[in-house]
Amino acid sequence: MAPQKPADVAAKVETTKKEVKPVVDKITVGHVHMSGCTGCLVSLADNYGGLLTILDKYADLVYGLTLADVRHIQKMDVALVEGSVCINDKLSVQEIKETREKAAVVVAVGGCACYGNITRFGRGGQQNQPAHESYLPIGDLIKVDVYIPGCAPTPQQIRNVCVMAYLLLKGTKEQKDLATAYLKPLMMAAQRGTTACFCDLMTEVINQGLCMGCGSCAAACPVRAITHEYGKPQGQRDLCIKCGACYNQCPRSWFSFDVVSSYEAINEAIMAALQ
Amino acid sequence: MGAELGIYKSCVSARSTDKEILKASQDGGIVTQLFGFALDEGIIEGAIVAVSKDFYKKYPEKCMACYADDTKEPFRPIPAIITTKAELMESRGTKYNISPNVSLIKEATRSFGLDKVGIVGTPCQMQAIRKGQLYPIGLRDVGDKIALAVGIFCMENFPYQSILQLVEDHAAMSMDSVRKMEIGKGKFWVYGKRGQVVQLPLKVTHKYEQPGCHVCLDYVANLGDISTGSVGSPDGWSTVFVRSKIGDSVWGKAMAAGCFETQPIEKVKPGLELVSKLANEKISKNKKTLEERATFGVGKALRNPYI
Ligand SMILES: Cc1cc2nc3c(=O)[nH]c(=O)nc-3n(C[C@H](O)[C@H](O)[C@H](O)COP(=O)(O)OP(=O)(O)OC[C@H]3O[C@@H](n4cnc5c(N)ncnc54)[C@H](O)[C@@H]3O)c2cc1C
Ligand code: SF4
Ligand code: SF4
Ligand code: SF4
Repeated sequence: MAPQKPADVAAKVETTKKEVKPVVDKITVGHVHMSGCTGCLVSLADNYGGLLTILDKYADLVYGLTLADVRHIQKMDVALVEGSVCINDKLSVQEIKETREKAAVVVAVGGCACYGNITRFGRGGQQNQPAHESYLPIGDLIKVDVYIPGCAPTPQQIRNVCVMAYLLLKGTKEQKDLATAYLKPLMMAAQRGTTACFCDLMTEVINQGLCMGCGSCAAACPVRAITHEYGKPQGQRDLCIKCGACYNQCPRSWFSFDVVSSYEAINEAIMAALQ
Repeated sequence: MGAELGIYKSCVSARSTDKEILKASQDGGIVTQLFGFALDEGIIEGAIVAVSKDFYKKYPEKCMACYADDTKEPFRPIPAIITTKAELMESRGTKYNISPNVSLIKEATRSFGLDKVGIVGTPCQMQAIRKGQLYPIGLRDVGDKIALAVGIFCMENFPYQSILQLVEDHAAMSMDSVRKMEIGKGKFWVYGKRGQVVQLPLKVTHKYEQPGCHVCLDYVANLGDISTGSVGSPDGWSTVFVRSKIGDSVWGKAMAAGCFETQPIEKVKPGLELVSKLANEKISKNKKTLEERATFGVGKALRNPYI
């Protein structure tokens, strides 16, 4: 999006104010950009019409570089944080702490925010900040509530979490229960830790006697690091960028019968919400 | 009979009306007939199935073969994406070892460019694709392209080397001489190409099972659009559960098109009672395994994936 002149933005704010039927019960959402490639934001945007519906009916974007004309982290219901934190950069450290203070729910969006991902491989030496070399997933600095792993996280996963977050904060009792059940594994993922690797499949699934050879891990891997030999995943560990998609996609990492058994109804509800 | 059979809209005993399909299908040819019909009707543009080395020789570009051995060993399933009837016909029959079919679910929508994908798989693979639809962590733009998921009943699966040991060491046959394998009526059956039949009691096979199967709580593919297996129906027939809206719609159209002959499940022997009994046996055995895992070490549990 091209940078907007303050005058344009002011004009836009005017039009929003004139909305005939303002939706009062929206949640407030911000996109906080740490050290990430903006792929997560692009994924969010790739919901196209769905994103417009979300912004129209459920969420007001109160903070977001280039998207909302505010400099400082605002008070918000949900912070979608993309990227890891460069601890050599004071401003980043300050902003992530501020995000925690000002947001009721902090969602780590994408592999970098959750697990460091590709930024784990940073060694510094880049112009114009050669000393910026140490990157940590946000969970190493603040408490994180929900994880959306993946590189890039998928538009549909981000969408599902946004809809569920809305239901959790503004829904009926029934909707709150559904949203709680849906978000639970992603909250547990946030508690589990800040590192990810193909090795998680070895240590937590195969070594634990749980792998049954479905192939989800190989399908999920963004860099095709996983193949299957005799039905079991083999990782080319040098290719692995540590995004956490394989482990979290695996039905034997975590699986909720309650939620997944109602897949038809939940998918329909999400699609209906976006109409 | 209750939760162990999953949610379903209807259940019948059925077999394909296409004699060609039945010649090499495992049971009533339900899977192959459904995919064949869905291809004809444009309900799917292709399907992920498990093929063997002969298929690989003809259509290597349709296969996910990662290692040289994948393509040589008899009864070694290779996940593949079929887009024609001829290819489909070569995927018939059960291979009793692990075929990571879900590994192709994204690729089907990418290199193969399919917008409507069919997939056949075991109950755990149906769980995998439903988790993938609700939590598409690494499956961008895949969920809504899954147009028909056919689940097959499954008591357990085996590593390839287990099958080798069962066939070559226990049944004393060479893998190359085998025409078909089957688990049924409490036995593991190996049918030779020359007509010989060897049966092994299942107590011989148990120790060869894939360990991951021992925490599996689904026998009849509760999450398939349609699920099918031999158990419950007479020889050559299949038991079919129609489960989802998609399944109901496809099954209805296939019936109207004369794809299947059916019998009411209540009228056939051994019927749903046996399906229910086996499902309950599997679920309670594996629940017990999960309990044992909780106290496996000294004050240390093995991981439980279910939350
Ligand atoms: C490991 C395993 C265990 C089974 N256990 C039982 C059981 O306990 N009780 C029961 O009633 N039925 C069981 N079945 C199902 C049964 O053997 C038949 O596959 C099913 O009845 C379908 O027969 P059909 O004639 O309709 O299919 P067909 O038209 O012959 O097509 C079979 C389809 O299954 C696919 N397939 C073959 N092997 C595999 C595999 N390893 N993984 C995934 N897909 C595969 C093929 O690609 C093909 O598309 C099991 C199947 C497997 C693979
Ligand atoms: S996704 Fe999990 S269960 Fe499936 S093959 Fe990979 S490690 Fe095994
Ligand atoms: S193996 Fe692939 S999916 Fe798994 S963490 Fe590494 S890059 Fe991510
Ligand atoms: S027993 Fe369960 S885990 Fe094992 S192959 Fe069958 S469905 Fe999968």
